[in-house]
Amino acid sequence: MTNMFEAADSVSPISGPPRALEYANDRIFRGIAWTSAFLVIALTGFILWEVGRQAAPAIQAYGLGFITGTEWNVNQGEFGVLPEIWGTLYSSLLALALGGLFGIAIAIFLTQDFIHHRLAMIFRTVIEMLAAIPSVVFGLWGIYILIPLLKPGAEWLHDQLGWFPLFSTDLAGPGMAPAALVLAIMILPTVAAITVDAFHRIPYKIKEAAYGMGTTRWEAILKVMVPTASSGILAALVLGFGRALGETMALAMLIGNANQISLSLFSPANTLASLLASTFPEAGHLEVQALMYAALVLLAITFLVNVMGQMVQQYTIRKFEGKR
Amino acid sequence: MNAAAETMFVAAPYQAAGKVVIECNVAKIFYGDFLAVRDSQVPIEKRKITGFIGPSGCGKSTVLRSLNRMNDLISIFRFEGNVMYHGQDVYAKKVDPVLVRRYIGMVFQQPNPFSMSVYDNVAFGLRLNRYKGDMDERVEKALKRAALWKEVKDKLKNSGLSLSGGQQQRLCIARAIATEPDVLLMDEPCSALDPIATRQVEELMLELKERYTLALVTHNMQQATRVADTTAFFSVDISKGGRTGYLVEMGPTEQIFQNPRETLTKEYISGEFS
Amino acid sequence: MNTVDLTVDEAERPLPQLARQGLEVRALKSGILTGLTWLTAALAAIPLISVIYMLLMQGGARLFGTGVVEVLTGLPPAGFEQGGGIGPAIVGTLAMVGIASLISIPLGILAAIYNGVLEPRSWTANTSRFLAKVLTGVPSIMAGVFVYAVLVAHWGYSAWAGGLALAVLMLRTVVLAAEEAMAQVPQRMKDAAYGMGCTRTQVIWKVVLPTGLPGILTGVLLAVAGAAGESAPLLFTALFSNYYISQLSEPTASLSILIYNFSGMPFPNQIELAWTASLVLVLMVLGFNILARLIGQPKV
Repeated sequence: MTNMFEAADSVSPISGPPRALEYANDRIFRGIAWTSAFLVIALTGFILWEVGRQAAPAIQAYGLGFITGTEWNVNQGEFGVLPEIWGTLYSSLLALALGGLFGIAIAIFLTQDFIHHRLAMIFRTVIEMLAAIPSVVFGLWGIYILIPLLKPGAEWLHDQLGWFPLFSTDLAGPGMAPAALVLAIMILPTVAAITVDAFHRIPYKIKEAAYGMGTTRWEAILKVMVPTASSGILAALVLGFGRALGETMALAMLIGNANQISLSLFSPANTLASLLASTFPEAGHLEVQALMYAALVLLAITFLVNVMGQMVQQYTIRKFEGKR
Repeated sequence: MNAAAETMFVAAPYQAAGKVVIECNVAKIFYGDFLAVRDSQVPIEKRKITGFIGPSGCGKSTVLRSLNRMNDLISIFRFEGNVMYHGQDVYAKKVDPVLVRRYIGMVFQQPNPFSMSVYDNVAFGLRLNRYKGDMDERVEKALKRAALWKEVKDKLKNSGLSLSGGQQQRLCIARAIATEPDVLLMDEPCSALDPIATRQVEELMLELKERYTLALVTHNMQQATRVADTTAFFSVDISKGGRTGYLVEMGPTEQIFQNPRETLTKEYISGEFS
Repeated sequence: MNTVDLTVDEAERPLPQLARQGLEVRALKSGILTGLTWLTAALAAIPLISVIYMLLMQGGARLFGTGVVEVLTGLPPAGFEQGGGIGPAIVGTLAMVGIASLISIPLGILAAIYNGVLEPRSWTANTSRFLAKVLTGVPSIMAGVFVYAVLVAHWGYSAWAGGLALAVLMLRTVVLAAEEAMAQVPQRMKDAAYGMGCTRTQVIWKVVLPTGLPGILTGVLLAVAGAAGESAPLLFTALFSNYYISQLSEPTASLSILIYNFSGMPFPNQIELAWTASLVLVLMVLGFNILARLIGQPKV
């Protein structure tokens, strides 16, 4: 580009075009930025491809029988993850029920004028700090505090109500109940924080409208605030559930890694993530292939949950917020 | 009374001709330490529209919201005086503010439908009061009275938020009148609406006063002349460093606008300040 | 409760009664629900208090005692051995978080610049933003599985592998947080710079990055805190070691794996060290967290 600015006398002598170097810098920098953004895409693709490639022999060898099989026996080359799928879903659902309930209750407690808003801010920070505690620490706490604490109660429940499927075994140490409880504690901050945000997003005028209709505080909360925040609350629950499904260390430490399917809250069980954690470090060639397959199953479950969550959320947004 | 208080202006009490539903006697309204409104007596007459006008910050909205204890939502709010509603003081200790709001409904500045369907919005108050009769009929009646039925009768299942601003405000009015409240408070209901929607809501107000008692806060003097039967003019006193609102004059709308007793009123309605 | 009787015409309605009427069902329900809410809040606080108490009591015993130097620098004890420390694990964790940061922070911020400022609507930006969100939902152990497949299967366990696994986890957080922070930079500021004749790169370096810096740093520090606390992805990438690392291509200790390993041991000394390591790890993570919050605080 020949310089049109130099030709014009009226242009201020200070203004001038960027130097060639600056143009080059611009090009190069944009190139680098594009490459970085593309690397994120490439990385995701690479992860899927690589795990899939390594799992391919196992997928060919065991097919769908892998998902319905209940044995994990390296010596006989038998691999099945049904107990782990069951354990993953069971522990996560228990945790979701408990952590979800508590998380939502706490969000209501923090946003609906039960305590002074400064105090609520402090509480909120405390909850966020709770989210920052690493999962191994919760695992350690579970082993040395929670399990001894649960044992007498579990024993009593088993003795008195042993006929009831949930209490059909005794708590010998690690098991479903401590694992699900710790899982619930771990997802509680996630659920609470996102639900708090959802309540904060409700405009003040909606609260005014509710009170203006003559609602009591709880009528306003249950009939107006919760439905209005429902899509955000659902998002919180889906995220919490997703975290529970993928949580590894605390479960590997607390669930007992037993390859069995049981409704009992006190029997040991296993989850997909905890199977990976406990088996991978010492796995042989064949077992690694099976574990890669198991990892793909875990990935598929979390993916399905997220997609379903998205769909339910879209539905509630349409139902309650009227956006199309 | 001390000397300072004697020098403060207090409006002459307005003698209402008809039956008075709410006798509002504000002595002082505080937000924390801040004195927001003082010495204002506003009687609200049955089946009339009482307009509240005045410059911004004069406390007209605060007084209106005191009538059904909406200000209780603000923790630092404090009310001195009384609001006699059918002979009962709304601010008496044993009174449940929730019940007050069921008899004295409210329409707000911003349209604020709930994020539910049009039908559920109108039915909200009926369900709240455990209404046992024909819900559909009540909803239809309320929507018709709010002059909205024709526009929404085919989309009762749609979200209330999918309506236009003017429709939303009429939906809020329908929601408020579905339970047949005694009094309807309207806090600048047209301030967020365009002129056509404003016109519709004003016509609606004139129809509603056949059945209900209305109190209307408005920033717009023309609106007061168009719909209000009685008008209360508030002003704000900044001479002593504070920003305390008080009632300047109250009377039939025609008298206030054509023959005001106070010079302050005259200056305000002639547009010398706002 | 006295409901408004809608069937009677307005004129004949009885005068409204505003007073509370002793024990109403409505008031009772409200009371019970309010009580339950307070109870849940109190119940939820118990585990937190218990965890903090145990960390301070069990873990603090050594960390705040006379043996603090031995604990922080000593080698992990074997079997019935007494004393010992968590030195290699501290160094290992820092080293691997360092590797992960060096990879993921520049990459993540650059990708965020592309996604958020350069071409926010392009296919690359939309896809990489979407995938970063998808990665957020992926269990952290998958990063370990991936790095195992790519690196460990060929070259064995190493600090590189552990760091890379953490980098995968950090990347998604950095990309999303940095883009969010840069989106907070007001368009009018960017317009002003473009209006002065800046190239896009100049706009980014002179306006977007300096203005968005606190937000970006907050995101980065939160990612670092998260990585420091991770354990699942290290389990079979870095493995563990009882000694200080001498090179990055050998198995490396980390605090979280030390806690995991020691938690299952039958020796009180090891279990106490696991608590000490937990306290150190929590302090480290919380430190980054608090720093992130302080930096991210809006300046008045």
